[in-house]
Amino acid sequence: MSQLPYLVPGWILLVGIYGIVTSRNLVHAVVCLSVAQSATYVLLLSVGYQRKATAPVFSDIKPTRNVVDPLVQAMTLTDIVVGATVTALLLALTVQVAKRRGTVDPDELRSLEP
Amino acid sequence: MSPRGRLIVLAFGGTGLAVLFILAALGLPGFGGTSHPYGQRTLPNAVARHTPNVISSINFDQRAFDTLGEELILMASALAAVVILRTVRAEQEDAAGEHSYGPAQVYDALRLTGYLLLPVTLMTGVYIVAHGYLSPGGGFQGGVILGSAIHLIYLSGDYPALARIRPIPVFEAGEALAAGAFVILALGFAGQVTAMNAVVGLEVGCAVVLTLAKFFEQALLVRKQT
Amino acid sequence: MILQIAIGLPFTVATLLAATGRWLPRVAVDALATLTVSALAVLLGVVLAGGDTTVWLGGWGEGVGIPLVADEVSTGLALTVTVVALAALVVSWRYFAEVQAIFHTLVLLFTGAMCAFVLTGDLFDSFVFFELMSVVAYALTGYQSEEPDTVHGALNFGIVNSLGAYFTLMGIGLVYARTGQLGFVAIGRQLHGDHSTMVTVAFALICTGFLVKAAAVPFHFWLADAHAVAPTPVCMLFSGVMVELGVYAVARTYLTSFAGAVPAGAVRVSLITFGSAAALLGGVMCVLQRHIKRLLAYSTISHVGLLLVGVGLLHEDALAGAAWYLAGHAGVKAGLFVGAGALLNRFETVDEHDLHGRGRSMHVAGTIFLLGGMGLAGLPPSGTWAGKALIEESGGHWVLALGVTASALTAGAVLRVWLRVFRGAGPPRPGEAEPSQPDATRHKDAETEFKLSRLPWTMLAPGVLLVLAGLLLGLVPGGVIGRAVEPFTHLPGPAPAPWTVTGVASGALAVVLAFAVAVFGLRGHVPRAALLHRLHSGHVGDYVAWLAAGVTIFGLLLLT
Repeated sequence: MSQLPYLVPGWILLVGIYGIVTSRNLVHAVVCLSVAQSATYVLLLSVGYQRKATAPVFSDIKPTRNVVDPLVQAMTLTDIVVGATVTALLLALTVQVAKRRGTVDPDELRSLEP
Repeated sequence: MSPRGRLIVLAFGGTGLAVLFILAALGLPGFGGTSHPYGQRTLPNAVARHTPNVISSINFDQRAFDTLGEELILMASALAAVVILRTVRAEQEDAAGEHSYGPAQVYDALRLTGYLLLPVTLMTGVYIVAHGYLSPGGGFQGGVILGSAIHLIYLSGDYPALARIRPIPVFEAGEALAAGAFVILALGFAGQVTAMNAVVGLEVGCAVVLTLAKFFEQALLVRKQT
Repeated sequence: MILQIAIGLPFTVATLLAATGRWLPRVAVDALATLTVSALAVLLGVVLAGGDTTVWLGGWGEGVGIPLVADEVSTGLALTVTVVALAALVVSWRYFAEVQAIFHTLVLLFTGAMCAFVLTGDLFDSFVFFELMSVVAYALTGYQSEEPDTVHGALNFGIVNSLGAYFTLMGIGLVYARTGQLGFVAIGRQLHGDHSTMVTVAFALICTGFLVKAAAVPFHFWLADAHAVAPTPVCMLFSGVMVELGVYAVARTYLTSFAGAVPAGAVRVSLITFGSAAALLGGVMCVLQRHIKRLLAYSTISHVGLLLVGVGLLHEDALAGAAWYLAGHAGVKAGLFVGAGALLNRFETVDEHDLHGRGRSMHVAGTIFLLGGMGLAGLPPSGTWAGKALIEESGGHWVLALGVTASALTAGAVLRVWLRVFRGAGPPRPGEAEPSQPDATRHKDAETEFKLSRLPWTMLAPGVLLVLAGLLLGLVPGGVIGRAVEPFTHLPGPAPAPWTVTGVASGALAVVLAFAVAVFGLRGHVPRAALLHRLHSGHVGDYVAWLAAGVTIFGLLLLT
């Protein structure tokens, strides 16, 4: 089953979603969101993986060597920066929720529906 | 919804997602296979443009537009931290000098290690930014190191010392101008890998400092008005 | 080069403002931002006049590069975005206690991101700019961070939308693995005739993020929370254009990349299911609201649902109708938010019952609500009417019923607000201050630095103009819209004509029913519908569970 590794990102995404849904703490929920996001890194990198190939950096190897797909790595790099910044932004909002509402438990936050 | 209802909905959704992922995985080409058409096409371009680090060539040359979006996301979230974590009407900000925040009573050995590590870490950051076209690394990774480096001052000294060496307006302007330079480079002059790495390093470094500064303020200085 | 300049302009000025805003006087910041967006509108107008163009960025060609695709639909949409952004900036001239120039920077980034999102011809880039758009939107929602509801709404918005975007990225990864391509057109070429299950799953995942943005039911929960708390100029952009971009992205992804792979029948069924659910649920929730901004937010869900039905019919006339509808709705809805902002500014509340009869002297804002209600109902010759007529024409009887119901409910709610607040109609209900509602929801700060003695024209004129534009858009000859949609859909057809007997009749019927809904709402008691309120709980765990369930439903509908 050479497809088996592709199930790992699916599993990570599900774990992240389960974490957000059952979370009792918004900081935990935001971190679970980054867990869910790491599924995308794993998927992209496993898509680009090639057996017996090395990193796509030609400063010390011949350009004829087999290398793994550099494109998914570039995409992952972009994705990581996106993930880090989104996490920072959501944590900033969480800080303010904690200050204004005095709790970070989603169950204790009053509904926004008047 | 009740926690129970929530779990029922999740069980339905989760099962469906699991099935969808399995169906998707079955249709993918075998793990570790050799077919990477797009990736293969980028390789000769990178070599021809003398950017041995193919990932840098993609990020700053062949697909520089992606990175443009990403730099702006970074800038936007740093600005968001400034605006969301500002001191609002019902709060006041203590002067940093009022309390000696941070581990002011640290061991001399720790203090010394921090001060010794600071130049080394900064140098490492600069090295990683500068060699981004050649070896793994580049503006993002180097920028994070640069931005984190000055927080060694906080770990080995105190908050006022950190606050003195990072005037917020300067870092704000630096971050924004670097992002602006990147926009112009990416749209008009893509392929200037070294210059683009440098501005990205500057932007990431400034954004890290700025965002952390806002979190520090909230944690250490901002109090509800009494 | 003109496209690169158009994309680069708002971003560059945004960075300049972010760098120097601390030291610039407010007038200069306002002027610079407004001029930039005006210049962008001119540039996009030039591009639109020049016809279809594709530009490969950085001089890299088909193989590895990224294209900007300016067809008439994408450029027209970018132009709509820009016009609404211009109006939002003018409204905000006298609006805010400004933190440096960050509000203007964010609005410019938002405008640029939306333009880049519609113009890019690359799937991964559409994820990147989707995220840029989203991050800026979270920041703008949470702008007034001293309000507890604001930060809570922004956080829900952020978590749900980001998760949706990650689903999209998973789908992009799958498509990349299968095809080795990222360009919309290149993927379409590779996937042509590939009917495997895996491609369908990838399509479902990619669309998830876009459907979250488009607030299709059950992905819609974040929208009302975010719209109810965001500053008024931001609501104009959210409801007027941002949400609609999700529908555009679904249409584009399917028609350009997946049309040859995923069977049209399955796509039709699933999009119409999601769209109808949103149109109906949004309409019902809209009538149940007393918080005016929240009411308008639910009406957006309903109307975007209709838009999704228009796209889901996968018929050239319906798509032309959707384009018309989008533009008309953008004008009307953005204008209505200007009216709501005027109320908030005067009375520091947007609660319909608290405002009973207090708007009698506000003639301009009242006119906005009356005309806006007409626009939502689809009074001929509004853009919403023309678009809806075409969608109903190609969809048959049940789409007609759906369209009339959704318009009547949403417009009825707006007209009820107009009657109660601006005409003083209906019995007053002053003693209804429920103890469960602390003043935070009912009493809002006026969003301005200090209370203005009277409303400046800049806070009303854009609303009047936008509503009028929306109301007259149906007069644009159908040929223009038909031609614009043709290259986008590859479905040639005769120029669509909304001026049919059925079209006019359904518009008139919706207007009459809307008044009936309004009067019924004034006289009779609005049902409590506790179950529906409980579903929209503000609990982020609920929203995420529903998101997962929505993806499953989407998959089921596509695969069976």
